[in-house]
Amino acid sequence: MNRRAVLPLMAAALSLGLGVAPAMAEYPERPIEMIVPWGAGGGTDAVGRIFAQILQEELGKPVNVVNRTGGSGVVGHSAISRAKPDGYTIGVMTIEIDMMHWQGLTDLTYKDFDILALVNADPGGIMVAEDAPWKDAAALRDTIKADPAGTVKASGTGQGGIWHLNLLGWLMSEGIPVTAVPFVPSQGAAAGLTDMVAGGVQMVPSSLAEGRSLIDAKRVRALASMSDERQSLFPDTPTLKEATGSDWKLAVWRAIAAPKDMPPEARAKLIEAIEKAYNSDAYQNFMKERGFGLRWAGPEEATQIVAADDASLGDVMKKAGLAK
Amino acid sequence: MSVLAQSFAMVFDPQVLLVMLLSGAFGLFVGAIPGLTATMATALLVPITFFMEPIAAIASIVTASAMAIFSGDIPGALLRIPGTPASAAYVEDSYRMTRAGRGPEALGALLVFSVIGGIFGTIVLIVASPILAEMALKFSSFEYFWLVLLGLSAAIFVSPGSVPRGLVALIIGLVAASVGMDNPTAEPRFTFGNLDLLGGISFIPAMIGLFALAEVFRYFVHGHKLGAPLRPSTKGMLRSQIGVLRRYPKQMLRGNITGTLIGALPGAGADIAAWISYAMSKRFSREPEKFGKGHVEGLVEAGASNNAAVSGAWIPALVFGIPGDSITAIVIGVLYIKGMNPGPTIFINQAELINALFIVFLLANLLMIPLGWLAIRASTTILAVPQKILMPIITLFCIVGAFAITNSVFGIILMLAFGVLGFLMEENDIPIAPAILGLVLGPLLEQHFITSMIKADGNLLSFFERPIAAGLGIFTILVWCAPLIRRILIRRKEALT
Repeated sequence: MNRRAVLPLMAAALSLGLGVAPAMAEYPERPIEMIVPWGAGGGTDAVGRIFAQILQEELGKPVNVVNRTGGSGVVGHSAISRAKPDGYTIGVMTIEIDMMHWQGLTDLTYKDFDILALVNADPGGIMVAEDAPWKDAAALRDTIKADPAGTVKASGTGQGGIWHLNLLGWLMSEGIPVTAVPFVPSQGAAAGLTDMVAGGVQMVPSSLAEGRSLIDAKRVRALASMSDERQSLFPDTPTLKEATGSDWKLAVWRAIAAPKDMPPEARAKLIEAIEKAYNSDAYQNFMKERGFGLRWAGPEEATQIVAADDASLGDVMKKAGLAK
Repeated sequence: MSVLAQSFAMVFDPQVLLVMLLSGAFGLFVGAIPGLTATMATALLVPITFFMEPIAAIASIVTASAMAIFSGDIPGALLRIPGTPASAAYVEDSYRMTRAGRGPEALGALLVFSVIGGIFGTIVLIVASPILAEMALKFSSFEYFWLVLLGLSAAIFVSPGSVPRGLVALIIGLVAASVGMDNPTAEPRFTFGNLDLLGGISFIPAMIGLFALAEVFRYFVHGHKLGAPLRPSTKGMLRSQIGVLRRYPKQMLRGNITGTLIGALPGAGADIAAWISYAMSKRFSREPEKFGKGHVEGLVEAGASNNAAVSGAWIPALVFGIPGDSITAIVIGVLYIKGMNPGPTIFINQAELINALFIVFLLANLLMIPLGWLAIRASTTILAVPQKILMPIITLFCIVGAFAITNSVFGIILMLAFGVLGFLMEENDIPIAPAILGLVLGPLLEQHFITSMIKADGNLLSFFERPIAAGLGIFTILVWCAPLIRRILIRRKEALT
């Protein structure tokens, strides 16, 4: 008997013994690596780790979180997309994938990934200090429109970062020149919010969830949420549409993505496990307690959302001169 | 049952105590491995705490992070591999002490004064949180600019040799810090199209290279000239600290206060606190010439300051949900999950929980003494390894540590390059400490300067317009001018006599 004949026989024997149909061992047969393109301890890391924890219960194999940081997310996203598409490397993709190629940092776009699901979205917002004169977003807009440029300054992320683009998109939608509100770069929303309370800037256009503790402490006032509906954590804060009539919407999301061309069985199994993990009590409770927005979208819908954001962010960046 | 009794009952539950013991051991282990940080230990615990009771969850994080920060000093003292930028402030002294056969004494001092600093910070956290958090909210980029500048000035005080050499080192650090795109303009600088350089030079691999690998190179170039470290006895390593405490009570207190205050500022933290404290210790010391050559005085002040700052970071985190450092950033998330929403009312609405948290803090710091003692005993065995074998082991640790922080080979390349740089610097008597300071504080200085300028429309006088900023600014300028003024005074005195 030659070797070629032995293999199928052995496989058949094995599959008979295990009572499963496919000749190859069933996915997953070894630990899965989950790449997080941001540092340990941040929001994306928290979501990634809790997701990995639940996912490994669903898949029955360890899911190890690996932080690949650097280059504004470029390094980690590249690592996900360039991994071997065998289903053993997945990653958390963030909205920066829709920005970095416009900035000329990389050629990588969302098209280089297989987006398996969207598991969270946090709408942008408008926040001012509690002692600021503006009681609603329309009043703030009128000040920005009427007063000399620079009366209102904003902060909450790095230069060209997502909340900077949120501000620019909002200004454009209101027909206000983007130079009216100078942007003060900061290391994240928390730093921008602290600076606003200290009197350094006047507004922070980050997600309301990031300002939750200061809003609760009556130091920060939430004026609007850039979403279709009001957020359950902030029922008194109107949507931007309600507040000023603007159609601008933006949410940062987190998606589970994989390199392209995975084996179909592995892909199907992963998507199923991800959906189960998303619907688990553990994940739902975690997100609610942390104040992160729950949002589910399967592969097709998620890809559409990512593509739509890519177009709208590219548009804002080009108009603001931030694209290369 | 009174609130306090309830809190005690919550903490002294066998399950909570067991969790503390296990997380303490876990924290010590993670912290002692070069390249693995207290932040990483905390992040790894989060998914596990999810399935715990609130107090057990918080207790595990508090204990693990406190232990990891202390044990980060162990590879610093034994192998010259500092675990954090804060511990790099005093690594030279602790390592030289080890080489002189006083390793356990150095580690004992770090342990005892870490505990004292941690407890002091906790007491301040208990009694003065709301007031200090209000103070922290008054700090904007203008105030931080001066604080960072003050920290950078420490470079002059910490450099053991001549001032110009210290400045050269500082500039090397500042230049390295300007690489990448994490600057206020988000414009890539000195990246040469390299993807990895976009993220800049992360300081853990750089630090490991500059200190530890450079030392390995030196061993192989100069052979036995340095003298092999002895395997010292750990006997009486804690008892001898009573004497140290008696000798340096003022230093200990000063470190505690500086550390807590700077730690409570969300934009500053333990790194700046430790460096400023070390510089202050040297500046006011009666024997400044001994600093950097294996002197315990700086360890007392900076070690206490480091841990006091870590407790201090909880002040803005608890009162306003503002993270003081990367550990409290994780902690805030856990607090929310456990229904302990941070805010000024947390002290009233959740009095039992918050009191229990304070008890956990004190207990975790006390637990550090026996566990830390065991860790020191276990880790000093590495000194019994002959140098010829130890050096390759250190190299291995360097590689693992540099890889662990970014999970990429680039970290190793960076570490190797900085190892060569560190070797060349020391061969030419250029001190390393100021370079680390430049690397850590350079980005902050730029950030606060640029953002202040944007806010003030380029008006330089705005650095003196806010009261706290003006005070800090005048103080910084006085510190710079002090040697000049002193020289003028001395000259005038000489002229008179």
